[in-house]
Amino acid sequence: MHLTLALVLSALLFAAGVYGVLVRRNAVALLMAVELMLNAANLDLVAFDAWFKDRLHSGQTLALFVVVIAAAEVGVGLAIVLALFRMRDSVAVDEAIDLADRDPVRRPVEQTQ
Amino acid sequence: MTALEVIGKLLGCLVVFLTVPLLVGQLEHKVMAHMQSRLGPMYAGGFHGWAQLVADGVKFVQKESVVPARADRRVFELAPLVALLPYLFVLIAIPVAPGHSAHDLSVGVFFALAVVSVGVIGVLMAGWASANKYSLLGGLRAGAQLMAYELPLVLAAASVAMAAGTLSLDGIAHAWHWWWLPYQGVGLFVFFVAALAELRRPPFDMPLADSEIVFGPFTEYTGLRFGLFILAEYAGIVVFSALTAVLFLGGWKGPFLETGLGWLWLLIKTFLLSFVVIWLRVSYPRLREDQLQKFAWAGLVPLALAQVALTGVVRVATA
Amino acid sequence: MTGADVVFGLLGIVCLAAALLVVTARNVIHAALWLVVCFGALAGCYLVLTAEFVAWVQVLIYIGAVVVLMLFGAMLTRAPIGRQQPLDSTNRPVAALAGLATAGILVTLVVASFKGAYVDIHHTEVGDGRVLGTAVFRYFVLAFEVASVLLLAALVGAIVLTRSDRD
Repeated sequence: MHLTLALVLSALLFAAGVYGVLVRRNAVALLMAVELMLNAANLDLVAFDAWFKDRLHSGQTLALFVVVIAAAEVGVGLAIVLALFRMRDSVAVDEAIDLADRDPVRRPVEQTQ
Repeated sequence: MTALEVIGKLLGCLVVFLTVPLLVGQLEHKVMAHMQSRLGPMYAGGFHGWAQLVADGVKFVQKESVVPARADRRVFELAPLVALLPYLFVLIAIPVAPGHSAHDLSVGVFFALAVVSVGVIGVLMAGWASANKYSLLGGLRAGAQLMAYELPLVLAAASVAMAAGTLSLDGIAHAWHWWWLPYQGVGLFVFFVAALAELRRPPFDMPLADSEIVFGPFTEYTGLRFGLFILAEYAGIVVFSALTAVLFLGGWKGPFLETGLGWLWLLIKTFLLSFVVIWLRVSYPRLREDQLQKFAWAGLVPLALAQVALTGVVRVATA
Repeated sequence: MTGADVVFGLLGIVCLAAALLVVTARNVIHAALWLVVCFGALAGCYLVLTAEFVAWVQVLIYIGAVVVLMLFGAMLTRAPIGRQQPLDSTNRPVAALAGLATAGILVTLVVASFKGAYVDIHHTEVGDGRVLGTAVFRYFVLAFEVASVLLLAALVGAIVLTRSDRD
C-alpha cells in the first residue's frame, strides 16, 4: 500500500490533536487531544517500520515505548486533574491561572508587609 | 482454508456462544438452589425445569424496553452490545482441539485479554447514560474494579506465556504438562480470582450490590437490553472459564483420547470451572469497596509478580 | 490501488472522523466514546501495516485502560448528561487556524517527501510477539529498563498527588 496514505492520516490526526489541545478547556478533554497527537506519532512509527522493512523493528518497538509513556502520562495527568478538581471544584484549565504570567496592570494590588 | 470453512467455524462460534452460556445459567439456577436446600426451577419444560432460561429469554423479549426520559438515549441503547460482543470475539481464538480454533492468532493470549477488557466500557456507558445516581456509582465502581484487577490478570497470563515460550493459546495448551499445576498454581489462583472480579461476580459484585445501589449500572434496563446484559454475564463466565482451562489446565489435554475428544475435555474443564464460579457465589459474602481494592493491590499483584519471578527463574535455570 | 489501500483508507476515514468528533463533541463522555472508535480504527490500521502485536497492545492499553481511565476521570469530575459548562474556550478561531495550518504544512511536507513510496506489506516480517520480544529484550534493553523506572515514578507520583492528608 502507499506510504503517503498512512502519513497523511497521521498528519491529519496530529492536526486534530493540535486543534483539540488549543480549544479545550476541560482538562480531561484536553488529555484526550494529547492522546490523539501521541497516536499520530505512533502511526508514523509503525508505517515507517513497515516501509523500511526494519530488521530490528525499531519503529514498532518505539511505538510500544510511546504507549508506555502515554499510559504514565495519563495516570499522572488524571491525578493532577483530580487534585485540581478537589481544590477548585472545576476542571476548566483557563480558571487555574494562579501561576500564569499575567499583565501587571490587571494584577490586584498586593499588600506589602 | 476455504471461505466455506471460515463461515462454518464462525457459525460454530455463534452456536457455542448462544448455547453454552444458557447451560451455565441453568447450572447456576440448579446448583444454587440445591446448595441452599431448594429445588430451583421445576416446571418449565417438564423435566427439572430444563427450559427455564428459554422461558426467561421469551419473557425478556416480550417486555417493554424502557429508556428513561433523562437518559442519553444513543449511549444507553448501545451499551448492552458493547458489553456483550467482546466475549463473542474472544471465542474465535480459543482452541478446541490440537491446532483447531476458529482462527489461531500468534498473539492469542494478548488478543483475548485485550478484547475482553473492552467489555467494561459497555458497563461504564450504561452507568453514565442511565441518568441515575445508583447507576453512576455502580459504573464508577466497575471502572475502578477493572483497573485494579486487570493488572494481576495480565501478569498471571504473562507468567504462563513465559513458561510456554509462546503467546499462542494453542501453543500454550501444547506446552502444558501436569506438573504445571503446582508450578503455575499461584498464577491459576490469581488469574481465576481476577477473572471473577472482571466479571463482577460475587464476592466481587460491589458494582451491582443489589442491597445498596439497587442493581448498579443495570438499574434502569428492562426487557431485551437487560437480557443482553445477563447473557453477557454468563458468556463472560464461559469465556473466562475456557481461558483459564486453556492457559492453566491444559485446554484440550486429557488422560486419553486427546486428538479425538479434545473439545470434550475442554468443555468438561470449562463447566467444572463455571461450577466453581457459582460455588463461590453461594459461599462468600460480598467484599467491601476498600477491601476489594486492597485485595487486588496488596494481595493479587504481589502474588502475580512472585509467580512471574518464579517462572523467569525456572526458565533461565532450565534453559 | 490494492485491497490494503482500500481497507486502510476506509479505516483511516473512520479514524479521522472519530478524531474530529473527539475534539468537537459537546459532551466529554461522548468525546471519550469517540476516542474508543478512533483507537479501534487505528488498531485496524496497525493490523494492515502488519504490526500485529502493536495493534493488540493498542486495544489492551488504550481502549482497555487509558479510555476507561478517562471515562472514570470524566465521571468523577462531574460529566452531566445534556447541557453543561462549555467544553471549549473562546479561542476557537485561533485554534482552528492553528489546526488547519498544521494539517496543511504536514500534509504538503509528507506528500512532497514520500510521494510514490510504496510499502510492500506482503513481504515484511509480521510484527508478532516473538519479533517484538527479540527487539525489545535484545536491542532496546536499556530503554526498557528506563521505561520501567518511569512507570514506577509515575505510579508513585499519581499516588502522592491524589492522596488526601486528612487521614
